[in-house]
Amino acid sequence: MTPTLPLVVLALVVAGIVAHVTSPAARRWVSPAVGALGVLMLAALWYLGLFWAPPEQYMSDVGRILYVHVPHVWMALLAFTLNVGCAVAYLTKKSWVTDALAEAAAEVGVYFGAVGVLMGSIWARPTWGVWWDWDPRLISTTVMLLAYVGYLALRSFTDDPERRATWSAAAAILSYVSLPIVWFSVRWWNSLHQVQSNPSTVDKPMVAVLRWGAVTMLCFLFVFIVKRYELARSRQTAALELPPLEAPRPEAA
Amino acid sequence: MTRPSLLGAAWLVLKKDWQIEWRTRARLTALLFFSLATLLLFSFAMGPDVTTLRAHAPGYLWLGLLFASVLSLGESFRVEAENQALTGLVLTPVEPRAIFLGKVLGNASLLFGLSLVLLPVTVALYDVDLGRAPLKLLLVLFLGCLGISAPGTVYSAISANARARDVMLPLLLFPVLVPLLLAAVSATKFTLAPDPQEQLGSWLRLLTAFDLIYLSVGFLLFPKVVEED
Amino acid sequence: MALALEALDVSKRFGARWALARLSFSLPEGRSLLLTGHNGSGKTTLLRLIATASFPTAGVLKVLGYDSRAQRDALRPLVALVSHASFHYEDLTAAQNLSLTARLLGVAKPSTVVDELLGRLGLRERADSPVRQFSAGMRKRLAIARLLLRAPKVALLDEPFGELDPAGIAQMEALIAELQAQGASVVLATHLVEQGQRLTHERLHLEGGRKAAAA
Repeated sequence: MTPTLPLVVLALVVAGIVAHVTSPAARRWVSPAVGALGVLMLAALWYLGLFWAPPEQYMSDVGRILYVHVPHVWMALLAFTLNVGCAVAYLTKKSWVTDALAEAAAEVGVYFGAVGVLMGSIWARPTWGVWWDWDPRLISTTVMLLAYVGYLALRSFTDDPERRATWSAAAAILSYVSLPIVWFSVRWWNSLHQVQSNPSTVDKPMVAVLRWGAVTMLCFLFVFIVKRYELARSRQTAALELPPLEAPRPEAA
Repeated sequence: MTRPSLLGAAWLVLKKDWQIEWRTRARLTALLFFSLATLLLFSFAMGPDVTTLRAHAPGYLWLGLLFASVLSLGESFRVEAENQALTGLVLTPVEPRAIFLGKVLGNASLLFGLSLVLLPVTVALYDVDLGRAPLKLLLVLFLGCLGISAPGTVYSAISANARARDVMLPLLLFPVLVPLLLAAVSATKFTLAPDPQEQLGSWLRLLTAFDLIYLSVGFLLFPKVVEED
Repeated sequence: MALALEALDVSKRFGARWALARLSFSLPEGRSLLLTGHNGSGKTTLLRLIATASFPTAGVLKVLGYDSRAQRDALRPLVALVSHASFHYEDLTAAQNLSLTARLLGVAKPSTVVDELLGRLGLRERADSPVRQFSAGMRKRLAIARLLLRAPKVALLDEPFGELDPAGIAQMEALIAELQAQGASVVLATHLVEQGQRLTHERLHLEGGRKAAAA
C-alpha cells in the first residue's frame, strides 16, 4: 500500500459527507455506507497496523498503538473545530440545527479524545516507564478534554433551551480559543525541564498506515456525529413541542 | 442628560463593585483567611523542608489565588443576580461591554489586592526573597490576576444562573486557565529566584498575550451572555 | 396618532410553554393601560417584553414606534420598569443605588437630584442604610425613586400598590397622575381592578397569555 491510497479513500468519504450535508435525499444511505466502509477499513487497519507495517525503529511493537492513538486525537480536534464553528454560527444566527450539531460534535469529540488520552497513557508506560508524563500532546489533550467535559456539564445543568444554547456557545468559543494557548504553554514549560524524545523518524509505510487509520476514524466520527445529532434533534423537538398557536379568539378583539 | 461613554460607564460599574466590596468587608476578610489557610495547608502537606517550600512557593501562591478567585468571582455575580440587578444595569441602559470591563477590573483589583496581602505571608511560610525584582513581581501578579478575571467574568456570569453553579464555575474555568497558571507560576519563580537563561521575558509575553486574547474574546461574548437576544 | 405600544401577534415561549400567545393590541401615545389577569396569565412577561428585558419569540412589538428587539438601544432610555425584582444592590445604600443609576443616566448634579428624590419619597433618614435592611414598602419607594430619575415616555408598573401603606398608595396614585400629566403612558398591572380603572384609560385582560374579555 502506498501513502496515496488512503488519500483516495479520504476523497471518497469527504464526497459522501458533502453529499450528506447538501442533499437530503442522500441522507438515507450515506451514513450507513460510510459506517460499513469504516468497519471494513478497521478490519484492514488491524492487519496493516499489526503485521504489514514494519516495527518502529526505537519503540518496536509498542509504537503500533500510534496508528489508532493519533487518529483518535485528530478526530477529537476535528470534532471540537466543528463544535466551535457551530457555536459561532449559533451566535451569529440562532438556529436549533447548529445548537444540536454543536452538542453532537462536543460529545463525540470527548469520546474520541478520552480514548486517545487513554491510549497515549498506555503508550507512555513502556516507552517512558510511567503512565503519565509531561508530554505536551498528552497534557494538552487532557486539558482540552476537561474543558469540553465542563461544556457538556454546563449544557446538562442549564434548563432553558435558549439560554443553554447561547451560554454553551460562549463556553465553546472560550474553550476552543484556549487550545493553542494550552499547547504552546505546555510545550514551552516542558522544554525548560527536559526534552522528551519523540519519534521523529517516520517511514513511508508508517505514514500510509497512519493515514489509513485517520480515514477509518473519520468514517466513525461522521457516523457517530450523525447519530448523536439525530438524537439531539429529537430531544429538542420533544422539549420544545408546543401547543399550536391558534388565532386570537374573535370575541376578545 | 448626556450618558457616560463606554469607559465612563465601565468606571462607574467598577466603582460600584468597590463600594459593594467595602460595604461587605466581612466577606473580604473571610476570603483573605481562606487563602491564608490554603497557603498554610500547602506547607503542612509538603512538610518542613525549607528548600522544597521555597522552590514551590510560586505554585502555592497561584493555587491559593486561583481557589480564592473561584469564590470571589462567584460572589461577584451572586450580587448581580440578587434582585436581577444586572438586568437593571442593562436596562438603565449600560452597554454590556462596559459592564464586562468594569466587572473584569473589579475582580482583577480584588485578586491583586489579595495577592499583595499574601506576599508577606509567603515570606513567612516559605522563606522567599521578594527583593530580587519587586516591580516585575508586581507586574506578574497584576497580569496574572487580570488573566484569571477576564475569562472568569464571562464564566461566572454564565454559571451564576445555571444549576450547581458552585461546581460549574471551576469546571469551566480551570481548564482554560492552565496556560495562565503555567505562565504566572514560571514568571513568578524567575522574579523570586535567579533567572540565568532570562526566561522571565517570554513568560511575561505569554501572560500579556493571554490577557489580551481573553479580554477581547470576553468583550465580544459578554453581551450575548447577559442579554437575551 | 402615534402609538405608545403596538403588538402584532406577540408570542413568548418559556421552554415548552407559551407565556404569551399571539397577542395583538395597540395603545395610543399618552393613554394609559390597565393590565389585568390571574397570576401566571402573562402580565409580568408582557411588561418585561415592553421594557426590553426580554424579547418576543415571535411577532413584532413596537414601543414608541421603535422595534423592541432591533432598536432596544434607542428605546431603553424612554422606558422604565418597576417590578417585583427591584434591580437594587442589596449591599449598597439607598443613596448609592440611586446615585449609580443617576450617574449612568448622565443626570446633571446627581447628588442634589438623588437627595431631593429621597426626601420626596420619605427615605431621607434611611438614605445611608443598605437596602438589605429595608422593608418591602421602602424597597418599593426606592424603586419608584429610580423610575423618577428619568422622564419615561412609557412607565411600566407591576403591582405598584402591593406592600405600600395607605400613604404610599396615595403617593403612588399622585405619581401616576403626574407621569400622565407629563404625557407619559402608564402601563399598570394590578389585581385591584377598580382602582386601576380609575387611573387608566384602557384595559387589557389576559388569560393564559391571550387577550380575553374581562370577567
